Amino acid sequence: MSSEWPLWEVFIRGQHGLNHRHVGSLHAPDAEMAINNARDVYTRRNEGVSIWVVRSSDIVASAPSEKGPLFEPSNSKVYRHPTFFDIPDEVGHM
Amino acid sequence: MYAQMVKTDAARIKGLDEMDPQERVFQQRIDTGQKIEPKEWMPEAYRKTLIRQISQHAHSEIVGQLPEGNWITRAPTLERKAILLAKVQDEAGHGLYLYCAAETLGISRDQMYEQLHSGKAKYSSIFNYPTLSWADIGAIGWLVDGAAIMNQVPLQRCSYGPYARAMVRICKEESFHQRQGFDILAKMVRGTPAQKEMVQDALDRWWWPSLMMFGPSDDASVHSAQSMAWKIKQNSNDELRQKFVDQTVPQAEYLGLTVPDPDLKWNEEKGGYDFGEPDWSEFFEVIAGNGPCNAERLGARRKAWGDGTWFRDGLTAHAEKVAARRAKSVAAE
Amino acid sequence: MGSATVTDTTVDRAVLFEFLLRMGDSTLVLGHRLSEWCGHAPALEEDIALANTALDFIGQTQLWLSLASEVEGKGRSADDLAYLRDARDFRNLLLTERPNGDFGKTLMRQFLFDAWHHLCLGALLGSSDARVAAIAEKASKEVAYHIERSRDLVVRLGDGTAESHARMQEALDDLWPYTGEMFVNEASDVALVAAGVAPPASLKAEWDALVAETLSEATLKKPAEGHMHKGGKRGIHTEHLGYVLAELQFLQRAYPGAPW
Repeated sequence: MSSEWPLWEVFIRGQHGLNHRHVGSLHAPDAEMAINNARDVYTRRNEGVSIWVVRSSDIVASAPSEKGPLFEPSNSKVYRHPTFFDIPDEVGHM
Repeated sequence: MYAQMVKTDAARIKGLDEMDPQERVFQQRIDTGQKIEPKEWMPEAYRKTLIRQISQHAHSEIVGQLPEGNWITRAPTLERKAILLAKVQDEAGHGLYLYCAAETLGISRDQMYEQLHSGKAKYSSIFNYPTLSWADIGAIGWLVDGAAIMNQVPLQRCSYGPYARAMVRICKEESFHQRQGFDILAKMVRGTPAQKEMVQDALDRWWWPSLMMFGPSDDASVHSAQSMAWKIKQNSNDELRQKFVDQTVPQAEYLGLTVPDPDLKWNEEKGGYDFGEPDWSEFFEVIAGNGPCNAERLGARRKAWGDGTWFRDGLTAHAEKVAARRAKSVAAE
Repeated sequence: MGSATVTDTTVDRAVLFEFLLRMGDSTLVLGHRLSEWCGHAPALEEDIALANTALDFIGQTQLWLSLASEVEGKGRSADDLAYLRDARDFRNLLLTERPNGDFGKTLMRQFLFDAWHHLCLGALLGSSDARVAAIAEKASKEVAYHIERSRDLVVRLGDGTAESHARMQEALDDLWPYTGEMFVNEASDVALVAAGVAPPASLKAEWDALVAETLSEATLKKPAEGHMHKGGKRGIHTEHLGYVLAELQFLQRAYPGAPW
């Protein structure tokens, strides 16, 4: 059987200047075609202005078992979230 | 549904106290609404069931391109042609998202294709019926997409992260599909008598197969109970079918159409319609490969895949050549 | 549309109408051909990509034929023009009605057309008719991507496996005699070119350069300049167009006047 086109992860930065966001995956023979395919598959409704593709096999992920140690410490840093701070109404919008 | 009668390998549902500690933690996470993500531990049966369900769903999208694709070149106006093409293209996209979701479970897309082409994997029974008139395109959007949405909306909350996220994207994109179907029919029933007749004929032919999409009653099915315990299925087949009938009958009345079911009547007490039983022997025939279009649908998919081998291989060969040339020029520096 | 009236006084309406049909009929017929692939392409990603191109062409057809309808001024809508004319009145390039063949032939046809289309729309950006220039502006953005993609695939498949190379060469040899028509000026063109509405036939040099460079990268052999078929611009088509129209126009013909 012929070899399958590798899998790519697709990241798109939308119209609003936010960071690139993972939108899904697709198959393509190389990076250049992965970009073209991503444009055709994932921006059919004007979703994006910039595309990144990464070979899925090149993604290094945190191990699921490390979920506790990696993420729980930041859970306790509630002060990083704006809702932690109680701003009196008379101060107005901040 | 797009995934019908998915087997789970379960003989009966285990209680938490019967599970080993790993499985118990897994089940408790599901019970508390947490998502399961790729590479996390999961029972083998959960993984296998999901592969069956997601790939069946994906195959349904891909095979589902064919009956509607049958009318793209005959769409009656430029606008209808563009809308239909965009819709069928969306289905290819949905198939792609779903295959990718299944790939996170350790199966490749080519393997899934192989299962489809060999007849080992199933796809929804509905796509084995022919589209004989333009009204059928309206009926598919209205009834078939309408039935699919019933199932897909709750699947956005299913326990497996990649599947749930694919469903979010699919539901968002599909929101126009049902409306375009209804719109086709609404225009036709206000047209000539011949057009209205065409619409009634389409409803007559698509009504029962649409009800069959939900699958036979699964209230007694251990597979269904297991899938619900895993939160990869949220409602029973009968629940969804009832909801579909309740939603669709008033729409048929609005269009001035007659639903082809002599037993259909409003039941004040239950606040829903009573309706007749689909011919399940027909359903099982279609599932077994004997529907009007099974051979053609599968044949078209096999042909597309087989005819495309040289194309896919050509692109792979080119990519390898370019990579080799680059490596050589880097080495020479 | 202030500037549009300038055109109306300098160019014969009938001649402009013919020109708009050529643009709109070519995108209509080629879009139709591409839409035949939907559900049957060799990879899902290609199925989706080709549908995007087909959708662009249907959209462009609506623009060209709407303007044609306006210029003609006889109350025939864009849909009437698409669905109720017979083959003899179609003005598309013969290349666009060639059957799809294998996926390689479809892509080669696409590349040969895109290379011309891209240059043609580029020239039309400066059309003295503001309405033509506006359509060209919208379409040229889409077509810039079409040519990038079809050129890329021709290169990859030409320089892929022995089989893909052979198929692309065969497709090229087969389609080549249908490319000359893009650069022939009919008598009716002269007035349009003179008025600055339509692009000059001199696009050929640029087209030749783009095609030669692509084919060389694709390791394909450019066919010798031989006999070129023509007739599309005068409504003399190949046998294939009749079947395209039989399908395309079926409902409008079978149910005259019915609303869809």
